[in-house]
Amino acid sequence: MSEALFSRKNISLLSGPIGSNNPITVQVLGICSALAVTAQLKPAFVMALSVTVVVAFGNVIISLLRNTIPNRIRIIVQLVVIAALVIIVDQFLKAFVYDVSKQLSVFVGLIITNCILMGRLEAFALANKPWPSFLDGIGNGAGYGLILIIIAFFRELLGSGTLWGFRVIPESWYIANGGFYSNNGMMILPPMALITVGVIIWIQRSRNSKLQEK
Amino acid sequence: MDTNGNKYTFIYASAMVILVAAILAITALKLKPAQQKNIDIEKKQNILASVGIASTFADAESIYAERILQSYIVDFSGEKIEGLAFDIDLKSERAKPEADRRLPVYECKTEEGTKYILPVYGAGLWGPIWGYVSVNDDMNTLYGANFAHASETPGLGAEINTKAFQEPFKGKKIFDETGKLVSIIVAKSSETAPAEHKVDGISGGTITSKGLQTMLLNDFTSYKAFFTKKKQ
Repeated sequence: MSEALFSRKNISLLSGPIGSNNPITVQVLGICSALAVTAQLKPAFVMALSVTVVVAFGNVIISLLRNTIPNRIRIIVQLVVIAALVIIVDQFLKAFVYDVSKQLSVFVGLIITNCILMGRLEAFALANKPWPSFLDGIGNGAGYGLILIIIAFFRELLGSGTLWGFRVIPESWYIANGGFYSNNGMMILPPMALITVGVIIWIQRSRNSKLQEK
Repeated sequence: MDTNGNKYTFIYASAMVILVAAILAITALKLKPAQQKNIDIEKKQNILASVGIASTFADAESIYAERILQSYIVDFSGEKIEGLAFDIDLKSERAKPEADRRLPVYECKTEEGTKYILPVYGAGLWGPIWGYVSVNDDMNTLYGANFAHASETPGLGAEINTKAFQEPFKGKKIFDETGKLVSIIVAKSSETAPAEHKVDGISGGTITSKGLQTMLLNDFTSYKAFFTKKKQ
């Protein structure tokens, strides 16, 4: 191997999508699922993990096949690889985390249509070696997952008063129990996820001048 | 090698499809037992929910083992027949003529005596609806109900799986004073029906509500002989 495993270039493949080239907040891909599965932390985490696994292995497989894939059917080949990986992930979720799989329901299947996946396969894996492709997949999955988890953290905390299903805001604070506090029901609904994404994009752009449009 | 020729493309696509199909088939087969176990646990949770026993995914099996004293299958004339009640596929039973159907019964121990839990299965607006209904040992008064659906509209028909909809079933009667089977009327506000047979339907979910009413009527009719036999 001519290049070190964790050379500066390879590290940037990992860190880029987490920060300044984030698939959700900068490229604005994969928004649909970011709104749908982030009412609670646990499904958001499982979704993030599933997407990371699928994009990382999809990248590696496409990268390994990149010199053999007939150019005319390359999109179909990518789609078959993604679909197969998603079905495998779905089967594993049904077998080992059934309750989460029920909550995620159709959204696991819809990973197939997540733009991040096709985007990375087409733009990166087709032109790069397996190892950088793998890092790129992990990086993009992590960047996607990080945003999902941030959104889910605020939505679950403010919407349900819990984190990962555990009660954070004491029962005695609630109006029903003679307290002063009430959950914000809006946070449970998808529109608030969009607003949360918007706030994250705002914060990120205000701190990183490279992302600001002139 | 020419990776853009027609022949190569065809062979490549065929080989890829066969390989992927094989991998998926093997994965599905290997994971089937674990998935089935989860489905069974969920079914046990639903059975327990129909008598108002809340259970989690972790403790459902032990509560079920403790509470469900026995389960058996009866036929159309109310006689017990051979077989495992838990393994009955309601969908395929409904496809049979009424007289040939196998009808599962679960007996559950509660603080208020033995309850009889009957599975029900019918059609909603978009797809199947099903559930479990528990009956007191007078074989007339409902003790609880739990309904689920495959694809009813969220906020409308899908409300059948909420507590608010299911709670009013408690205490309703299947038979009237003369012994005639009336079942439960899932009514619109404009409809009149005796209070002991009536529960409120769902606004905007009329077809699902009526589907649920038909489901209960059909299934109670199937179990009629069993009810009569048990009452004696």
